[in-house]
Amino acid sequence: MAELKVTAIREGTVIDHIPAGKGLKVIEILRLNRPNGGVLLLASNVHSGKLGRKDIVKIEGKFLSEEEVNKIALIAPTATVNIVRDYKVAEKFKVEIPDEITGILRCANPNCVSNHEHTVSKFYVVSREPLKVRCHYCERTMEGEEILGNL
Amino acid sequence: MDWKGRDVISVRDFSKEDIEFVLNVAERLETELNEKGALEYARGKILATLFFEPSTRTRLSFESAMHRLGGSVIGFSSAASTSVKKGESLADTIKTVEQYSDVIVIRHSMEGAARLAAEVAEIPVINAGDGSNQHPTQTLLDLYTIKRAFGRIDGLTIGLLGDLKYGRTVHSLAEALAFYDVELYLISPELLRMPKHIIEELRERGVKVQETTDLEGTIPELDVLYVTRIQRERFPDEQEYLKVKGSYQVNCAVLKRAKESLRIMHPLPRVDEIHPEVDKTEHALYFRQVFSGVPVRMALLGLTLGVL
Repeated sequence: MAELKVTAIREGTVIDHIPAGKGLKVIEILRLNRPNGGVLLLASNVHSGKLGRKDIVKIEGKFLSEEEVNKIALIAPTATVNIVRDYKVAEKFKVEIPDEITGILRCANPNCVSNHEHTVSKFYVVSREPLKVRCHYCERTMEGEEILGNL
Repeated sequence: MDWKGRDVISVRDFSKEDIEFVLNVAERLETELNEKGALEYARGKILATLFFEPSTRTRLSFESAMHRLGGSVIGFSSAASTSVKKGESLADTIKTVEQYSDVIVIRHSMEGAARLAAEVAEIPVINAGDGSNQHPTQTLLDLYTIKRAFGRIDGLTIGLLGDLKYGRTVHSLAEALAFYDVELYLISPELLRMPKHIIEELRERGVKVQETTDLEGTIPELDVLYVTRIQRERFPDEQEYLKVKGSYQVNCAVLKRAKESLRIMHPLPRVDEIHPEVDKTEHALYFRQVFSGVPVRMALLGLTLGVL
């Protein structure tokens, strides 16, 4: 079992089936690498039956908000989230890209009103694979690195 | 169809039924206007024209439309004379202006500004151009012009010529034409091709689209040639502009190969892309196109005000 390569956690979250190489990005986006956070474990390039290679992130003492789960979906749409309580998986679900992405992504268009006025950013998902989103305000489409760079 | 209180922000918000409805109302208003000279539908109503960046033609067209409906107009034609200069937010400007008026028309240099204004305002907001994003009333008047000239839009072969990369009018016109059974020729220099995502969307929606750089070879096929200016101000790099400047000129020699019934449109202003000698020919439809702005904007103002 790949999961046994790193220490099991007592209470917290295991984000599994992250595409190989995206684990660090997940940590960065969720701002998990703060010095006062709990134990954080990353396993990278682990063998996976589904993905070939995958990353796994384990976070002790933290349960993710809906917004955080949506952020993971944008960078690692194959990920599954496991809620661990007393060393056991209490809940397990796949992340899903919502139809609308509100408040977690900045528009890449420097001339978009959302980058100048007080607004909550909103995007519509145009395509899930490859991921393409359209800004509610300026209607510009963003994809790939542009999305990652603006999370 | 209930249009009272509705915002007009983007062509993407319209269905084909919406478009047809507005065009039909515009046609009715044009007939009434020809018969009576002036109408009274919007008597007592006030239009606020908020032009944060100058656009004389669009502003005058909206003002003319409101006056012809019997209403009145307040507003400004540049941000320099407003509280925006003092640091006021767009949202606060809109909330203030809606206390004075019944409908707002906004032109702004930032993309999405009209959408934001519509979210803030309780009265209807009409987008008169937001940066390089949308100019939906221009698209509606373009469609109206074609319909009035040919009696239909379906079945036509339409060429879009010039700056197809930066030109917002051709982007939204192409999107709106996708509702109809048309064939599109996209004629531009390589550097100014229509963005790929728009072409993909058109093809997904079943439009027959062909890209070409060859105007003379394509012109015999066309019923409508929609010419756009190569907009120097949109180029991030002057050198790029110089490479494509003057790429096409529609003149009487080029038109020798065209169908007699070919009609030429242009959102104007033009620089050198249509020779003035074309103005006198039956092909020229661009000044009639300017006039179309009045009945179409009358229809939109009257419908959103709920007086039609």
